[in-house]
Amino acid sequence: MSSLAAGDPHGTTETTGKAVHPVWVRVCHWTNAAAMVVMVMSGWQIYNASPLFNFVFPPGVTLGGWLGGGLLWHFAAMWLLTVNGIVYVILGLATGRFRRKLSPLNASGVVTDARAALTGRLRHDDLSKYNQVQKLMYAGILIVGALVVLSGLSIWKPVQFQYLTALFGGYDTARYVHFFAMSAIVLFTILHTVMALLVPKSLRAMLIGR
Amino acid sequence: MKSPFRKAIVGVDKRLLVKDALHLLPQVSRRRFLAGGASLGALTLLTGCDVADGETAEKLLAHVSKFNDAVQAAIFNPNALAPTYPASAITRPFPFNAYYALADAPQIEAADWKLEIAGLVENKKPWTLDELTRLPQETQITRHICVEGWSAIGSWTGVRLGDFLKRIGADTRAKYVWFRCAEGYTTSIDMQTALHPQTQMTFGFDGQTLPVAYGFPMKVRIPTRLGFKNPKYVVSLDVTNDYKGGYWEDQGYNDYSGL
Repeated sequence: MSSLAAGDPHGTTETTGKAVHPVWVRVCHWTNAAAMVVMVMSGWQIYNASPLFNFVFPPGVTLGGWLGGGLLWHFAAMWLLTVNGIVYVILGLATGRFRRKLSPLNASGVVTDARAALTGRLRHDDLSKYNQVQKLMYAGILIVGALVVLSGLSIWKPVQFQYLTALFGGYDTARYVHFFAMSAIVLFTILHTVMALLVPKSLRAMLIGR
Repeated sequence: MKSPFRKAIVGVDKRLLVKDALHLLPQVSRRRFLAGGASLGALTLLTGCDVADGETAEKLLAHVSKFNDAVQAAIFNPNALAPTYPASAITRPFPFNAYYALADAPQIEAADWKLEIAGLVENKKPWTLDELTRLPQETQITRHICVEGWSAIGSWTGVRLGDFLKRIGADTRAKYVWFRCAEGYTTSIDMQTALHPQTQMTFGFDGQTLPVAYGFPMKVRIPTRLGFKNPKYVVSLDVTNDYKGGYWEDQGYNDYSGL
C-alpha cells in the first residue's frame, strides 16, 4: 500500500526551504481536529435520543452523558468549528493555497494516481505537492464540510433557514444528510489517519511545518 | 545565562512581583481568572469522561448555553413564520411524547378545569374551557420538532395567545410568559414568542377536541420553538419579568430553543 498523504516513504528527498504547511494551516488543522472530535462524539449522543437507523452509538464513544449534555457540547464546539472554519476558508482563498494545492484536478489523473497508489508505485518526490488522489480527497472533504454545516443549520433552525431546509428536501431528509456527511467525515478521518501513520513525515509536516 | 528577563529589573524577585500583582486584582476577577484556567484545563481533557461530565465542564457549558441564548435572540428574526403544510401531510398517528407513559398523563375533567391567570395582568379572572373556546379560533398545520430530533406534522386549532394576552390586559412589555401544567411540568417563553401570530392556545387537534395524549384541555402550540416549549395540560399562565425556568430548562436544555 502506498500513501495518500504527502510524504516521502524512501526518505531520499530533502525538504529544505519553505515550510510545507504554514503555521496558520497547522493551527487550523489541529483546532478543527479537536472541534470535530467534540462535534462527532456529542452528535452521536444526540443521535441516540432518536436514532435514524436500527442502532445506537455505545455510550463510551459519546459525549455529554445524556441528550441535554450532548446538545450543550455540540452547540459549544460549534463556535470553535465555525470561527476556525471561517479563518481557514478566508486564508485558503486569500493566500491562493486552495488553488495551488487542489488544482488542477482531473478524472484520468485520479485514476492513474489511485492505481499507482494501490500498487505501491506512487512517487512522493515533493512533500508540498499533492497527488491527484490527495487533491480529490482534500477538495472532497471541504465540500463535505460545507454540507455538514449547512445540513446542521437546516435542522437546527428549520424556521429561520426554511429555504435551506427545503433545499435539503425538508427537515427529516436534512437529518439524513447531516448523518451521512458526518459518516463521510469519520471515514475520511480514519483513512487520513492511517495514511499519516504510514508516512510519518507527513504527520511531522503538519506538526512542525516541514 | 543571557536571559533578557533575568536582569529586567535589578533587585526584584519575580515570584513576589506576581504575588503582588495578583493581590492588586479585585477579589472577583482573581477568582474568575482561576476558575477560567480550570475550565480550559477540563476542555483539553475531552476523552476523560469524568472530567468532561464533571462540575467544571458543566459550569462552562452552562455559560456557553446562556451566551447562545443571547446570540440567538439577537440574530434571529422573532417574527419569522413557521412553514405550513397541506392536510395530506399530517402525521397519523401523531406520536405521544412525555417523560411518563400515556397511562400516567393527567386526566382532567373539563368542568373542573380553569385556566388561572397570574402576574402582570389587569384581569386575573380564571377562564373556563367554555369561555376560552368561544373566542375566535384558527387552525394551523405545522411541524412539531422534538429536541430529540424526530418531527411530526399536526393540525392544531385554538386561540392566538397574543390576542388573549391583550384581551386580559397583560403587560406585553414584560419579559416572559411562564406556564404551569397539571402534572407539575413548567416552561417559560419570551414575550416576543408569546405574541408571535402562530403561537396558539390549543383546544383542538386534527378536527377533534384535543385528545388527552396531546394535552387536554389546553396545550400551548408554538411552531417556532422545540416541542418541550409547547406545554400540555396547562393550568396556569403567569406574565412575569422574572425568569422562572422550566422542567427541562432547569436540567440543561437551551432556554431559547427556537427553530
